[in-house]
Amino acid sequence: MNELTDAPEPGADPSTQGTDAGPGADAVRADATWRDGGRVPDKAVRDGLAVGLATAVYGISFGALAVAAGLDIWQTCFLSLVMFTGGSQFALVGVLASGGVAAGGSAIATAAMLGIRNVVYGMRMKPIVEGPPTSGHPTPVWRRVAAAWVTIDESTAVALAQSNDRAARVGFWVTGVVIFVGWNLTTFVGALIGDAMGDTRAWGLDAAAAAAFLGLLWPRLKRVQAGAVAVGAAVVATLTTPVLMPGLPVLVAAVVAVVVGWFDLFRRRSES
Amino acid sequence: MTTWHIILIASAATLALKLAGHLVPAGFLERERPARIADLLTVALLSALIAVQTLAAGSSIVIDARVPAVIVAAALYALRVPFVVVVIVAAAVAAGIRAFS
Repeated sequence: MNELTDAPEPGADPSTQGTDAGPGADAVRADATWRDGGRVPDKAVRDGLAVGLATAVYGISFGALAVAAGLDIWQTCFLSLVMFTGGSQFALVGVLASGGVAAGGSAIATAAMLGIRNVVYGMRMKPIVEGPPTSGHPTPVWRRVAAAWVTIDESTAVALAQSNDRAARVGFWVTGVVIFVGWNLTTFVGALIGDAMGDTRAWGLDAAAAAAFLGLLWPRLKRVQAGAVAVGAAVVATLTTPVLMPGLPVLVAAVVAVVVGWFDLFRRRSES
Repeated sequence: MTTWHIILIASAATLALKLAGHLVPAGFLERERPARIADLLTVALLSALIAVQTLAAGSSIVIDARVPAVIVAAALYALRVPFVVVVIVAAAVAAGIRAFS
């Protein structure tokens, strides 16, 4: 989910695979027709379903890793219901896995800092959720809260990939709702699997966690600047691991982003 | 602090950030520098998490079965293999190396 990887770039076509629009799609379509009173942008619905279903599957890995980190099934499911932003969720359980409850402060700080980009997404999605100012109806609070809740990498990416505001709105909601439902179901299934596994190291779940973080990072490495920050942060985290409490090396590595971002170093664009 | 405290505080923080984007008038983060730093922050944190998750064992740096697993994962992502498949293969590589060594 969320950050969950392969978030398409704005303007890209996020429908990477043909998805059979089942009965769920009909319900979404009917609802959207009713609300907007016009033809429903099929592409937005298709994009949302394709990205949403593909993303929701990752919930299995989150559920298993969270239980491996020492969380119980309810704690794991609570994170997917309320936090609902994959990068922060994976980070929280990753730091807890390495440092335990003693690293709680670092775990919270890391999860919160990874959530900052959702503020930027929210500001971009706000006018799309509100619709045209001429409609005369203020957006109800519950709908704003629901929109904020499902504002994540994928819903934002699908919305930005549409060609007009109405399609963007449909894409945003379809993606957000499909991932929310799917992510929570698969988290539960993953937690049950993790619970049944026993010795998670023997199953290689520690390596799976590293691979999961790599999957979240991969689509963000298109620019030289991002690549330089990634290398710098990895070096800083590795070098400080022997001298700092578990959890802190990750936070110290964030300084690399602040320095590079502040002075806009390594600006060149790579062709990728 | 218990695990539940950590989960509640962290969830409240991330949810508050999401709400802030929708309820607070756009401003600070729309400027170029803060937006760029917010973007790079995600990259730095994820990369640091990869390094720690791959190399750290408590407070020491260890090269073990996780390293080849992550290298295989990187190769698979470069080939555009889906996330779930890569994660499972990475786990299998580490588990296999541990089983046969």
